Amino acid sequence: MPHIICLAKQVPDPETPASQFRVDEAAKRVIPAPGIQPVPSQFDTIGVEGALRIKDKIPDTTITILSLGPDSSRDTIKHCLAMGADEGVHINDPAVNEADHWATAEVLAAAIQKLAPYDLIIAGRQAVDWDMGVVGSTIAEILGVPVITIGKDVQYENGVVRVERVLMDGFETVEAPTPCVVTVSNELGEPRYPQLRQIMLAARKEVKAWTVSDLGIPTPQNRTKLEALFVPETKVETEFIDGDTPQEKAEKLAGRLREAKLI
Amino acid sequence: MPSGVLVFGEATEDGKLNPVTAELLGAAQRLGGPITCALLGAGVEGLAQECAGFGAQKVIVVDDPILAEYQGDAYLPPAVRITKEVDPSVVLLPQTMKGRDLAPRLAQRLNTAVAMDCVAIEQQSDKLIAERPAYGGSARARYTFNGSPQIVTVRAKALEPAQARAGAQAEIVKQPAGVTPDQVRTRIIDRRKEKAEGVRLEDAKVVVGGGRGMGGPEAFGQLEELAHILGGAVGASRAVCDLGWYPVAAQVGLTGKIVTPDLYIAVGISGASQHMAGISSVKNIVAINKDPDASIFKASRWAVVGDWKDIMPAFTAKVKELKAS
Ligand SMILES: Cc1cc2nc3c(=O)[nH]c(=O)nc-3n(C[C@H](O)[C@H](O)[C@H](O)COP(=O)(O)OP(=O)(O)OC[C@H]3O[C@@H](n4cnc5c(N)ncnc54)[C@H](O)[C@@H]3O)c2cc1C
Ligand SMILES: Nc1ncnc2c1ncn2[C@@H]1O[C@H](COP(=O)(O)O)[C@@H](O)[C@H]1O
Repeated sequence: MPHIICLAKQVPDPETPASQFRVDEAAKRVIPAPGIQPVPSQFDTIGVEGALRIKDKIPDTTITILSLGPDSSRDTIKHCLAMGADEGVHINDPAVNEADHWATAEVLAAAIQKLAPYDLIIAGRQAVDWDMGVVGSTIAEILGVPVITIGKDVQYENGVVRVERVLMDGFETVEAPTPCVVTVSNELGEPRYPQLRQIMLAARKEVKAWTVSDLGIPTPQNRTKLEALFVPETKVETEFIDGDTPQEKAEKLAGRLREAKLI
Repeated sequence: MPSGVLVFGEATEDGKLNPVTAELLGAAQRLGGPITCALLGAGVEGLAQECAGFGAQKVIVVDDPILAEYQGDAYLPPAVRITKEVDPSVVLLPQTMKGRDLAPRLAQRLNTAVAMDCVAIEQQSDKLIAERPAYGGSARARYTFNGSPQIVTVRAKALEPAQARAGAQAEIVKQPAGVTPDQVRTRIIDRRKEKAEGVRLEDAKVVVGGGRGMGGPEAFGQLEELAHILGGAVGASRAVCDLGWYPVAAQVGLTGKIVTPDLYIAVGISGASQHMAGISSVKNIVAINKDPDASIFKASRWAVVGDWKDIMPAFTAKVKELKAS
């Protein structure tokens, strides 16, 4: 009975149009865009998809979704349960509202230990808010288990995980004994979308709510300090190439590039 | 007291010094203090002198067959040992496949933190300020560290490289990896390269990027033709790679490649922040898009509103003509 723990973080929708993306520089926070709901971090639903593919082959697999975040993170857990995961754990504690990546990893690792035994921990290659890409590997180090990063295919059988990794100019296949942490990338494929029936089923699945004190660890300290958050300026003067026909525009464009000695 | 900078240099697959190493050493010089460069790998000893030329005062070489192929479990013990030994105030690694895998684990073993994928670093009194893109490139974040050492991975081509000085001397120290095979819990079963023909995307002076607006894989032939005429390479948006229209190795952007050509020609690409993250330092962007409000135009020096099917044949023909004249 394999047990897979999938980490899932709720984030502001990364597809928020640039025109609606704003930060509060004083609070060093992104201002939620009006009418745009937060979503599960993309690589995390991809991780759940990876876990579900294992469960498709080994039906008695249990998939636990683990998320640290404010009240609304429950929606992210519910989404993953509706995809087909079995149980959810929500760490919701104001004491870790401002947790940095290392404090987050410590809390999640403690929760994972409480959820033991486990075979596989699946995380995203990076959370699509801060794009840091450290929590999966940090958890592996805390737990003392191997980690394979940036996977596009995750196979599990008899205590061995086999992961195809995305390299810069190709792929490699790596094996490790479980328990093991795997982080996944979009090359794994589209996550399945919950159907109405599954959404209804998910409503009945349990989501445990834990605080840091339930984990038996002291509140972890941050190791980094966010000093500033801002939107970088892009100042480009754009010339719209006009012309009566596409041909004219195309030739004018080529002419401009020649003038600029770019071709 | 920790002091100075430790740079983890990197070799390319064909055994040369990865140019990002010179960028890290350039950054180290600007930060000040003694500079140590660590070179981990198999067959890397010959690169030590080059690191000296880029300003490393000491080069620690761990040239060991167990490091022939990157595996975190094998690289980590020597990386931890060297960092403790050197006791630097700052550690710099490249944001490469190896660096991004190694750095978070190194940080955790040393009870410190790492700022990943930084594009600017500076020393302000006794603190390092590490600046990095966040939110898919829509925002920039600046961090300081509460502990030591302050570890940073640096995006390739973001920082000014050190200039090579002939005859520069460094103390070169050889060390064994000190790793036994049983410490390496992972095992590489197979590795395959996606064959890239012609100019490497990362080195190309001209990149022609294609997006979902191309409508299908066949259309990329036209982009290849243009790239060929210009001596450049073809890149693609993630949408294209996810759809299987073009190889994953051609993906440009936040989770793909960072490219720095003199000219980027974006065809049928909307200009999502995560794509722009891969071309953020390109000065000359041309965009061809049928949507006059496409956000790619905001970052473009030249914009053509229209269907690429109408524009590209005439554009390619004209470019060919101009190149010949
Ligand atoms: C965490 C994360 C990481 C990501 N990483 C990356 C990354 O590394 N790289 C990346 O590229 N994306 C990345 N993305 C995806 C990114 O958000 C966009 O979805 C993607 O870049 C869109 O690709 P596109 O511009 O090709 O497609 P679309 O957004 O669909 O745009 C197609 C464009 O083509 C135009 N068009 C259509 N037909 C024609 C025609 N006949 N002639 C001319 N123009 C036409 C349309 O007007 C439109 O502007 C990432 C997303 C997330 C959430
Ligand atoms: N607050 C969180 N709750 C659950 N999982 C998280 C959280 N933060 C990070 N993770 C996991 O760690 C991955 C990498 O995150 P990061 O290191 O923050 O980029 C994410 O894709 C998640 O799988």
